[in-house]
Amino acid sequence: MTPLYYTERHVQIEGWEVNLTTYQLGGKWHSKADNVSPGAALARVVADTREEAEERALARAKELLARTKRHMV
Amino acid sequence: MAGYAHPEVLVNTDWVSKHANVRVVEVDVDTKAYDEGHVPGAIAWAWNTQLCDTLVRDILPKSQFEDLMTQSGIGKDTTVVVYGDNNNWFAAWAFWQMKIYGHKDVRIMDGGRKKWLAEARPLETEPRSATPAGQKYQATGPDNSIRAFLPQVQQAQRAASAILIDVRSPQEFTGEILAPPGLPETCQRGGHIPGAHNVPWGKACNDDGTFKSLEEIQKLYGAEGVKQSTPVIAYCRIGERSSHTWFVLKYLLGLGDVINYDGSWTEWGNLVGAPVERGVAKSAGQV
Repeated sequence: MTPLYYTERHVQIEGWEVNLTTYQLGGKWHSKADNVSPGAALARVVADTREEAEERALARAKELLARTKRHMV
Repeated sequence: MAGYAHPEVLVNTDWVSKHANVRVVEVDVDTKAYDEGHVPGAIAWAWNTQLCDTLVRDILPKSQFEDLMTQSGIGKDTTVVVYGDNNNWFAAWAFWQMKIYGHKDVRIMDGGRKKWLAEARPLETEPRSATPAGQKYQATGPDNSIRAFLPQVQQAQRAASAILIDVRSPQEFTGEILAPPGLPETCQRGGHIPGAHNVPWGKACNDDGTFKSLEEIQKLYGAEGVKQSTPVIAYCRIGERSSHTWFVLKYLLGLGDVINYDGSWTEWGNLVGAPVERGVAKSAGQV
């Protein structure tokens, strides 16, 4: 199978820059949200549509990022 | 690959697509990405279960490394190409560990999984299992000359005898956060080893996941005082991001004395009495 319609875009979530990668494979849409820095994957979602995959990946990323504690330095 | 000190350890996606006679391995923290689809013929290694000792905090013991190679159909002369997500974080970890145990021909696919996908190259979704090698793999080593342990790092910090490169994000370096966003806090204190330079690992990568040119990498680390003769210790949180930087410094820049401190911040940041610096680097200096 060939991945189609590969896209990447940056979005701001809870003050963090997130890279959202989406592509279609075999009729399903795969979306991954990761931190731009340091680059760790936050969420991976497979769904029937691009919109659903991205929405769910971003929602999961938001949930995780909202838990990140910032300390005074 | 032109100009790198050791271009033979790097292959591009096109090369991989045309070489079916090599062992390709997708390496990540787990196999979720691999399960979605992977380079045709590739097998998977999961960092969390297959590339570290799951009891003691350590790399794989030699016997387990040999078992992994044997089960993966890898012999001493096999050409192994590793790649993965996150611009090859965990692939670099596998590369580093294979060098510790003396595997000669291991290479990294430049750009990793990201580039393969972006180029719309074919993916296979059925998992592959390798036919085990006919003979048990015989590792050498461990070669700990490329691995830093705590006493060595403490000595280097006290004596300023090596440049410490902290490859974490600026927020982790300053102590604003104790772990990458979204991950559990696994240290008691935030900050960095006093004197360390902060060069986030991703600065050595282009947007498409490939490594930057030799000139760009020289400029990046040269600005931190890194020279050919400078001893360098790279660290991060658990040693996987720093194995990426270790690869860049040793194989692309060609430094003779660069080692990866895999204990990293989850060791140093939990030590009783260890010196810690917070905020931006205050005392980073030349060696």
